[in-house]
Amino acid sequence: MSPDYYLILAAILFTLGTVGVMVRRNALVAFMSIELMLNAANLAMVAFSLARGGLDGQVATFFVMVVAAAEVVIGLSIIIVIYRTRRSTSMDAASLLKL
Amino acid sequence: MIPLITGAEITFWIAGPLAVLGGIGLIAFRKAVYAALSMALTMINIAVLYASLDAMFLTFVQIIVYTGAIMMLFLFVLMLVGVDTPDSLVETLRGQRVAATLAGIGILGLIIFGIGGALTGVAPVGLEQANAQYGGNIEGLSALIFNRYVFAFELTSALLITAAVGAMVLGQRSRVHSRPTQKELSQERLRAYAEEGAHPGSLPNSGVLARHNSIATPGLLPDGTVSEHSVSETLAARGVIVDAPALSRATAQVFESVDSTIGEEDE
Repeated sequence: MSPDYYLILAAILFTLGTVGVMVRRNALVAFMSIELMLNAANLAMVAFSLARGGLDGQVATFFVMVVAAAEVVIGLSIIIVIYRTRRSTSMDAASLLKL
Repeated sequence: MIPLITGAEITFWIAGPLAVLGGIGLIAFRKAVYAALSMALTMINIAVLYASLDAMFLTFVQIIVYTGAIMMLFLFVLMLVGVDTPDSLVETLRGQRVAATLAGIGILGLIIFGIGGALTGVAPVGLEQANAQYGGNIEGLSALIFNRYVFAFELTSALLITAAVGAMVLGQRSRVHSRPTQKELSQERLRAYAEEGAHPGSLPNSGVLARHNSIATPGLLPDGTVSEHSVSETLAARGVIVDAPALSRATAQVFESVDSTIGEEDE
């Protein structure tokens, strides 16, 4: 199957993630939208791996997953720290990083 | 030419729309939990798509790491910060939603027609040769990771350790005031006694009556009234306190009748 369809799907998912980051106020949902963008890029890389006949795309996807796991840990703890001081996860509330 | 429908195509046309549906749910659901669950749907469907792209190792890593670990971490944090706080629908910037949608359509058009236009009609080479080189998908991946990309792999381990330490540092709660010592506590207690007349000693016990001695039984003062400090405020608020004066009244009646019989025998 031609990789075009997978790339179009990846583009749609990436766009949905971008719109999610721009539209949603909740920091957690915006963070999940960033994860969706990472996943869309992963899907494109795996599709390219099949199209080009090499496994390097899959290795890159694997590394992206590792980095995403580290990023989620740090991002979620930052959200929790902000929630502790402000009692809110809204992105509008966090205009200052320090109380 | 006869259209050839393969298993990968059927998988794509089932899992692809479901993944898009999950993505739409992520940005459309107002409640964050529903958004997280539709995100999990997208993740699982992307794993299925990986399987249709001959990436079996990534299929399972996607399910275990993304759907299993990362999304559940998101759900845990959602539960910590309060599940039922819906996103506010008030737009702080006027027309931001419309502008964001237009920007999204623009990005989609740019990616598909700008970059994707150069890629149409590429026949996939397939991974059979690459997989067969080391005897399978996982073997081929490990050969790449531990040979050509071994330095990047070592760096990711440093990254993960740093992330774990960073999460511990961020999760630590620093005290704003120092913990009060026993001396300060006793001084505070005596100051309350001097200024407000609060009893500085320990609180009275709960009542020990003939039929009840639970902590829900209030202690009685010498005049027969209830001492409110003898039962926990939580129990008082719940309304499970035993009616101690009524119980002591029964005891008093028994004592009275005993007294009167003794009096009759004396006569």
